[in-house]
Amino acid sequence: MWSSLGSGRESARAAAKQREPAGALPHGSEHPPDCPLSIHDTTVAYHRKPVLWDVDYDAAAGKLTAIVGPNGAGKSTLLKAVLDLVPRASGRVTIFGEPYRRQRERVAYVPQRESVDWDFPVSALDVVTMGCYAKIGWLRPVTRAHRRTALEALERVGLAEYAGRQISQLSGGQQQRVFLARALAQHADLYLMDEPFASVDAATERAIVDVLRELRRNGRTVLVVHHDLQTVPEYFDNVLLLNMRVVAHGPVGEIFTPENLARTYGGRLTLLDAAAHALKRGDGA
Amino acid sequence: MIGLIPADFAWRSGDTWTVVVGALAAAACALPGNFLVLRRLSLMGDAISHAVLPGLAAAFLISGSLGGVEMLIGAAVVGVLTAALTQWLHSVARVEESAALGVVFSVLFALGLVLIRQADSIDLDPDCVLYGQIETAVLRTTEIGGWQVPEAALTLMGVLMVNVLVIALLFKELRLAAFDPALAAALGFRPLLLHYALMTLVAMTTVAAFESVGSILVIAMLIVPAAAARLLTDRLLPMLLLSGLIAVIGAAGGHLLAIVAPGWFGYPGVSTSTAGMICVAVGLQFGLALLIAPRHGLIVRSLRRANLRARILREDILGVLYRVEESGREISAAVLRSLVRAAVGSGPLATRLALAGLKRRGMVRGAEGRIRLTEPGSVAARSVVRAHRLWEVYLSERLGLRPDHVHGTAERLEHLAAPGIREVLAGDVGEPARDPHGTEIPRGE
Amino acid sequence: MNGRAAGVRGLALLAAGYRIPLQPGRLLQRVALIAILLMALPTAHAQTGLGASGESLLSRYADVLLLRDYNTRVVVTGVSLLGAACGVVGTFTLLRKRALLADALSHAMLPGIGIAFLVMAGMGGSGKWLPGLLAGAASSGVVSVLVILGIVRSTRIREDAALGIVLSVFFGFGAAVLGVVQRSGSGSAAGLNAFIYGKTAAMLWSDAVLIGVTAVLVTAVCVAMFRDFQMLCFDSGYARTLGRPTALLDVLLMGLVVTVTVVGLQAVGLILVIALLVIPAAAARFWSERLPVIVTAAAAIGATSGFIGAAVSAVHPRLPAGALIVLVGGAMFGISMLLGPARGVLRAAVRHWGLARRVARQHLLRAVHELHEQGSAVPSTPRSAGGSGGAPLAALRRLRSWGAGQPGRALHAAQREGLLELQREPRGVLVRLTPAGRAAAERIVRNHRLWELYLISHADIAPSHVDRDADMVEHVLDPGMIAELEARLTAEGAAPPAESGALPPSPHPLPATGGPR
Repeated sequence: MWSSLGSGRESARAAAKQREPAGALPHGSEHPPDCPLSIHDTTVAYHRKPVLWDVDYDAAAGKLTAIVGPNGAGKSTLLKAVLDLVPRASGRVTIFGEPYRRQRERVAYVPQRESVDWDFPVSALDVVTMGCYAKIGWLRPVTRAHRRTALEALERVGLAEYAGRQISQLSGGQQQRVFLARALAQHADLYLMDEPFASVDAATERAIVDVLRELRRNGRTVLVVHHDLQTVPEYFDNVLLLNMRVVAHGPVGEIFTPENLARTYGGRLTLLDAAAHALKRGDGA
Repeated sequence: MIGLIPADFAWRSGDTWTVVVGALAAAACALPGNFLVLRRLSLMGDAISHAVLPGLAAAFLISGSLGGVEMLIGAAVVGVLTAALTQWLHSVARVEESAALGVVFSVLFALGLVLIRQADSIDLDPDCVLYGQIETAVLRTTEIGGWQVPEAALTLMGVLMVNVLVIALLFKELRLAAFDPALAAALGFRPLLLHYALMTLVAMTTVAAFESVGSILVIAMLIVPAAAARLLTDRLLPMLLLSGLIAVIGAAGGHLLAIVAPGWFGYPGVSTSTAGMICVAVGLQFGLALLIAPRHGLIVRSLRRANLRARILREDILGVLYRVEESGREISAAVLRSLVRAAVGSGPLATRLALAGLKRRGMVRGAEGRIRLTEPGSVAARSVVRAHRLWEVYLSERLGLRPDHVHGTAERLEHLAAPGIREVLAGDVGEPARDPHGTEIPRGE
Repeated sequence: MNGRAAGVRGLALLAAGYRIPLQPGRLLQRVALIAILLMALPTAHAQTGLGASGESLLSRYADVLLLRDYNTRVVVTGVSLLGAACGVVGTFTLLRKRALLADALSHAMLPGIGIAFLVMAGMGGSGKWLPGLLAGAASSGVVSVLVILGIVRSTRIREDAALGIVLSVFFGFGAAVLGVVQRSGSGSAAGLNAFIYGKTAAMLWSDAVLIGVTAVLVTAVCVAMFRDFQMLCFDSGYARTLGRPTALLDVLLMGLVVTVTVVGLQAVGLILVIALLVIPAAAARFWSERLPVIVTAAAAIGATSGFIGAAVSAVHPRLPAGALIVLVGGAMFGISMLLGPARGVLRAAVRHWGLARRVARQHLLRAVHELHEQGSAVPSTPRSAGGSGGAPLAALRRLRSWGAGQPGRALHAAQREGLLELQREPRGVLVRLTPAGRAAAERIVRNHRLWELYLISHADIAPSHVDRDADMVEHVLDPGMIAELEARLTAEGAAPPAESGALPPSPHPLPATGGPR
């Protein structure tokens, strides 16, 4: 008897569509192929403990978007769920209208710096070359052209002269820039970065911001997990407020309000003060 | 006194083949071992080499002989099973990872021991499982092109070739999966598949090497050469090659030691277990690497520490002398040395050496009677004293420490040599004229 | 106290110490206890298949198991006590995450044994004087631990590799020394192999007494130091801030490990002594979350493994005793893993399944109820006049994050329980609550909203944040807690009294059901 239920569902969805106000953002089953990243109804749980609930989100193409939320809000998990690194309990993720496994080359990922062993015996150039591996594929060797691509990427983050260094001899900020260069070497269309600004020096922060702006100029879409509320209005176009579920998302000017931040961070007033301060500073500028 | 090499020492062709077989086994194990060490799976290698025993015994009970494809397959299955079972115990049953390993391999090894007792064969007894029978393995030969070649050498050659081939083909993938498994998964390189491929390789190598060299040597060869090579280099490809070289040297040196070493301890004419001595030989190489490694060796590191201590002491001497000259006094070298020793608690010899170092660098001059800063010495000394007094200002004003408590801390901070740190400091406290004790702070250049 | 007594006492403690809130768990626990108690029989029978012959076998088993033979009695008692002591010490080392250090330690004892033999033989003794050999074993074991710690501290070699290096190099050296012993003809070295594989059958009365006395002493030290070890394993940093000598405690624990390892060599051999330290402790973790119970269970499991293993090997002297003891321990580990009431796999699966079912049912009923409340339920057709309106299934699906077919089982279950009715309509399927279902749904919704209200008024959490938390919390609430909450909230005027039957309104806007969320 359950076979008939599908049609009922479809008709209800069609009815729902008709009720949708004109001009609203596309939602639900529609995944326009030009949308770089579309997340629908995604729930993720670790060991039965829920981390993300019912996330619905379409990334804005060609924009720099900050993912903001308190600790444990599931920001890193959201990126990992997009990359199929953690299993989704439910939901659907599409990259340019297709599942991730068919679009691997178009997505570059910058993991958190602590996620790897920086004592590993590889040079900075070796690490950056790994960004080309998706294009190279299984069993084929790395060619000189790939190494040139990697060197160019290192140059863009200002580390060309460190190419031959073993990675443990780089400072924390330089290591972060190596990760960024690795993502650049992939020449992707969608960039997912997990806290690239975490505990870096001023030079690295400037270098990362420059790279982000260059990516935007070239029409790439970038999502960055970000902790520093003060710099959100300065660095980013859009913001996604996340606390286990999507609280709000959209242009920074509309969404990055004290009310929305209160809904994201709950009663953690110190953070709210910081945010209010940031907003005031943003208005003054 | 017995010489290092006994008089009746003779090297036969059997000895050469023993070394060849040992070297092949060692090199075959050492290559995949690199990835075990880098991925912190050393104990998985240990566990697999213990755990293949029941697979080996079962295959022996079924086929009635050692060697052959069944045995390789059986071992590969058990090896992958060990890895998978450990993983399952850890993730599903929430047993701590090393405990999970301990449970799995000890139970499997016990099962293997019982099965071997059932087999009751001279070809497969617990001793040969542990130590191998490298001395008898070289006696089973087959003829190739007029040469009597031990079968074990042929098998191990094949396994070594397979290992070299697989690692050469999958070098890029294995390196990526070992360094950053998350990225490997995101790029579609299936780290789990690579993990089990590596475990299969380890299990097959283990079994092939088992017969001739025994399980203890297998564990040693999987881990020790790779760990030694890890100390010696910072790149993966040199590390792989070095580990192979260390393994081969270990095999040759080990066999030699097995023949001659008992003589050194008063047992002339007695040779001992080659497999055991190969372990000792690679262990000695590891110890050597620990000492002489270029960047992380104990010798280099202690030299670096001694250099740093000497620089700090030289700066302290400059500081003391500067303050003396500041107050318009003149002192002899002996008085300076005792002042320095009282101020920083350095030893007499170290102080004398540091002062000599300053003279050699042209920082101080003068005979025993009267010692003075030279022009460059005075510049350097001013910089040290300036840093000291700026730090005192910083500590008392910014951190609110009492002025009489800041000297000791400033004494250590003044030696921070990172470029620009003194300028940043001066900018931060705003170029004060005097330190918290009221002494004038010398201007920067 | 012999092995059986220890086992029975341990299990009694275990049963008394564990309170299980759920019925399936209690059943499981009983099954597990019975299984453990019956372990002796099937294991012994399984072993009979191995090379057994003659009718006298049964009577020999009876002799051994009832400890009629004096020598067997001593040996079996000694090994059982050793198993118990290893279980106790092993629990602490496991919790301190040092489980495999003992493996390297025991392997590294081989050169010590060999050198001690050579030295004693060189001095004109027999070379097989047991205390001398054990002292050699202990000292090379201690050296190996120091080397491991040195490598980890002073180089970038990780702990796992350091363990592997020391284990294999020391053992290889030991093999070389034994090679010298065997080939130099300096006295009969055959006995030394017993240290590698263990040889219970050939154990002397004095050996067994040594093992037994040491095991009792080690256990006594552990009991005396229980609180300190507990704190060391739980949070060594905190223990240090309290001024506990953690370094000294670590040394003491390592000393106990060395002691049981040294005396255990003869029983199970140095390759498998690690099993006695790891397996009972790891198995006991499945039985409880409380340390005293875990330690007792580990002692019981260790003693039982020792008892059965030693007894079987007394009947079949050809089988290596160490391996048998480990295999019995492995079997008990397997049973514990499946049936253990605290962390057992089956129990976890049952709990997970039950929770998932309850959550699905509550989600379903609440969703239907909320649809009614919002008025988005479709008015009932004349055919079913008298009943309440039905909620379109499609709207339900959208409300909860259900995929295709996912609510099927919960719907079926609720239908069977008479809580829901399904009604086909031309526009799709309608879900209707029966009177019983309505009552259940109201109870659930009430519970849910009380929690939300409670969280908002008492914890500083924004309403938009509460919904999902409350989802998780309400499923673990017990009725007493709910009553207390109601009273409290009624008193504060935040909710109407329970008797009025009215539901408090939801503190946040309900998700829209018609359009996209």
